[in-house]
Amino acid sequence: MSDPHEGHHETHAAPFPHGTKQDYVTGFILAAVLTAIPFFLVMSGIFSSERLTAFLVLICAVAQIIVHMVYFLHMSPKAEGGWTLISLVFTIIVLVIAVVGTVWVMYHMDANMMPGMMTEPPAN
Amino acid sequence: MSTPIITEPTDPRVFHPEEEPHHPEGHSTPLGFWIYLMSDCLIFATLFGTFAVLGQRYGGGPGPKELFDLWLIALNTAMLLFSSITYGFAMLAMHRGDQKEVMKWLGITAGFGLAFLAIELYEFNHLIHIGAGPGRSAFLSAFFTLVGTHGLHVTFGLIWMAALVLQVRKHGLTSANQRRLECLSMFWHFLDVIWIGVFTFVYLMGMI
Repeated sequence: MSDPHEGHHETHAAPFPHGTKQDYVTGFILAAVLTAIPFFLVMSGIFSSERLTAFLVLICAVAQIIVHMVYFLHMSPKAEGGWTLISLVFTIIVLVIAVVGTVWVMYHMDANMMPGMMTEPPAN
Repeated sequence: MSTPIITEPTDPRVFHPEEEPHHPEGHSTPLGFWIYLMSDCLIFATLFGTFAVLGQRYGGGPGPKELFDLWLIALNTAMLLFSSITYGFAMLAMHRGDQKEVMKWLGITAGFGLAFLAIELYEFNHLIHIGAGPGRSAFLSAFFTLVGTHGLHVTFGLIWMAALVLQVRKHGLTSANQRRLECLSMFWHFLDVIWIGVFTFVYLMGMI
């Protein structure tokens, strides 16, 4: 065990995955392009179809998240014997269940409980 | 009446290793910190889910098209993206053992982080000033909660960064300080990933 107040330099203190300068620069350029595209699409309104614009913006966001994961967070299937990837996949599953489930349930609640349908139950 | 006969095992059986296996200090920190980030991710998932449900409920108040200025958001996004790569340069300097460079890049990163916060606070202040505060509509409540939680994370990241600058100045790039800088690196890049979700779903999708 090394004393944390020891003044010596110890490289490889913990097995954190490293990136090279090339990684960071590549990641930055990709991220900048993937940020600029959706902002341009929305601000210029180049496509008249809202659905198409939303779809392309979504694709850019997913691509940019992957770029950040790989080039900035140094994710790889081999890091930590695969445990970081497994915990990420688990989180994504929980996330999708929570978000999609919420939107789904609340949409139906909304559609089936409009003010017009709130009638008094018949008095017997 | 019979008494149960307890036989002492002749050879003492061992159910646990006599000595704890030796691990270097902090060897499990990367995975542990990653799992913390994943749990933080779930906090944001619930807030994004809330925003998805309430984001269209303007309650007769203003919607995103009347409120948001995409140029300001683009500037804010650029600030956070620049701070991500400058933190990366700080990490590269750390691996070289160049303390001066680490301090320089951490300072630049903190500058971009502060600029991000300043722009966000300007936006919040502007919205509250024109009567579009969190109490105006369900949409604005969800908006302020989601974006505010992200801003709070950035604030704590900056406090953490200031603490580490002082630590590195006092003790140098020790193995413990390197581990702390690695954790903050993950935290800082993770906040940028969350911001991708924020500008995509809150700002861009709202303005289409």
